[in-house]
Amino acid sequence: MRAENLPGPALPTWKWAGLAALLAALCALPFLLSNFSVFQLTLVMAYAIVLVGLNMLTGYNGQISLGHGAFYAIGAYAAAILMDRYGVAYWMTLPVAAAVCLAAGFLFGLPALRLEGPYLALATFGLAVALPQLLKHKSLEQWTGGVQGITILKPDPPFGLPINADQWLYFFALAVAIVMFALARNLLRGRIGRAMVAIRDNPIAAEAMGIDIALYKSLTFGVSAMFTGVGGALGAIAVQFVAPDSFNVFLSIAFLVGIVVGGLASLQGAIYGALFIQFVPNLADRVSRAAPWAIYGIMVILFMYLAPGGVAGIVHRISRTWKRRKT
Amino acid sequence: MDTFLAQCLSGLATGGVYASLALALVMIHQATRLVNFAQGELAMFSTYIAWSLIQAGVPYWPAFALTLALSFAAGLLIERVVLRPVRGAPALSMVVIFIGLLVILNSVAGWIYSYTVRPFPSPFPPEPPFGQHYVSSHDLGAIGVTIAVLLLVYAFFRFTTLGLAMRAAAQNPESARLAGIRVGWMRALGWGLATAIGAVAGMMVAPIVFLDPNMMSGVLLYAFAAALIGGIDNPFGAVFGGFFVGVLENLLGAYAIGQELKLTLALVVIIAVLVVKPAGLFGRTLVKRV
Repeated sequence: MRAENLPGPALPTWKWAGLAALLAALCALPFLLSNFSVFQLTLVMAYAIVLVGLNMLTGYNGQISLGHGAFYAIGAYAAAILMDRYGVAYWMTLPVAAAVCLAAGFLFGLPALRLEGPYLALATFGLAVALPQLLKHKSLEQWTGGVQGITILKPDPPFGLPINADQWLYFFALAVAIVMFALARNLLRGRIGRAMVAIRDNPIAAEAMGIDIALYKSLTFGVSAMFTGVGGALGAIAVQFVAPDSFNVFLSIAFLVGIVVGGLASLQGAIYGALFIQFVPNLADRVSRAAPWAIYGIMVILFMYLAPGGVAGIVHRISRTWKRRKT
Repeated sequence: MDTFLAQCLSGLATGGVYASLALALVMIHQATRLVNFAQGELAMFSTYIAWSLIQAGVPYWPAFALTLALSFAAGLLIERVVLRPVRGAPALSMVVIFIGLLVILNSVAGWIYSYTVRPFPSPFPPEPPFGQHYVSSHDLGAIGVTIAVLLLVYAFFRFTTLGLAMRAAAQNPESARLAGIRVGWMRALGWGLATAIGAVAGMMVAPIVFLDPNMMSGVLLYAFAAALIGGIDNPFGAVFGGFFVGVLENLLGAYAIGQELKLTLALVVIIAVLVVKPAGLFGRTLVKRV
């Protein structure tokens, strides 16, 4: 949780090479795995985008949110309503979901400015608990479909590509995730990212340096919600279904678990976190319906005790010792 | 007029439950400056313990007392084992640990007792007392139990040496330690007491909302709203806030917004209080020196 966690300057060549190899592997994966695994990986990418957004707010800016499931739901519903009621193409729904969530996050961020630490967590917790009820309300039913939710169709691959719908969606999600990660990296690397971290570490000093705290905090809230909304829209398109009860308070908690386990204030941590929240419950589900959450709970507490930097922190430590041994 | 009165009284009854849970929140906040997100799940778990005891054939009131004792011990243990090692950690770590506790308690309850909704017995007779028809015996009993708990807690803190020591440890830990008070143990005691008070809330609300692992999430939200309205560092304010939001919830639910938006109402109350008057109605405004 120090400034050194900020993404560094331009990447060295060997890192570019590594990224290219990773990308090639990611492109090969959907041809090696079953359709269901491909679908799961698509969800991992949607979650990774969400976790980048939440990490920006909580990890880098120090504002604790227990309510990001709400913005995920707004993004998901925006996509579903546009596709279902207005026949908008699936890829067009992402910018709309982003814009809606940016506005919603910014507006929620304005009153949240006055709240610190546990109190902000409390207000956002309230948002997460109250949301399913709001989505079910009669006055919204003509758009949200009430308790029934909305079912949407899986988009077909364009240009007559010889791949199936799951594989196409995977590549689409991969492209979106790459764009969002690049956006986040550039945002955090620059002046804005430093301002965000400065506010987290010492608000008074940050203000004395001429940073407009109120503006930056509510902007961070908005941008964070925007990332979450894009992830939500992507998730809705992949699952092909939205309903109020899939966006309960435990979804928001899962996101918090994701950034803690993956690594606070770390971009690659978002990927580890997304893999964790997608695959660990599936494994644990074989034991009992309640097991995934027990494991979540125990894992976050253990990580807080033993490895506050999350998986990203552990990876960082290992790679550092390895480098030192080499020289 | 009749329904209005009936709504007010049943609001006071649920308000009593909110008040108890809010009191538990305030006690932990007083002792540690933390907001306990797991308070509702602790109360839920205590209620399940009471349910098991009653199923095993223990009569209601002994089961009630035994549950309080067990909850006290559990709260004490959680403070010693889970929270003591991370004392003084940043707010984010503490929130994460409370959320971890919440999730563990919820899923372990689901694991042991399954997610089936179960009825929970009320110790009070089923027919309304005193030949009137405004308020059920359980509602009246719940109000009575809340007031009794409040008076007991007040008497404990006001008239016993241990209560005085706990107040001292909360107000000024350094000086209290110099005066020979074991501050860490006072905190653990505070946790135990808060958990026991939460157990009362759980056992009083369970006959109304029925018993299942997710029964407390709405109640917890209202308890937060209650604690914030009264001022999170003022026990009496919390109890007042509890009764207040209970009545508000029932009246607005019956006459204005319907049953479907009750949780949203709690959210609006929370945000409104935090934004307009963060110290609550009876709280002291904390001035931070920078």
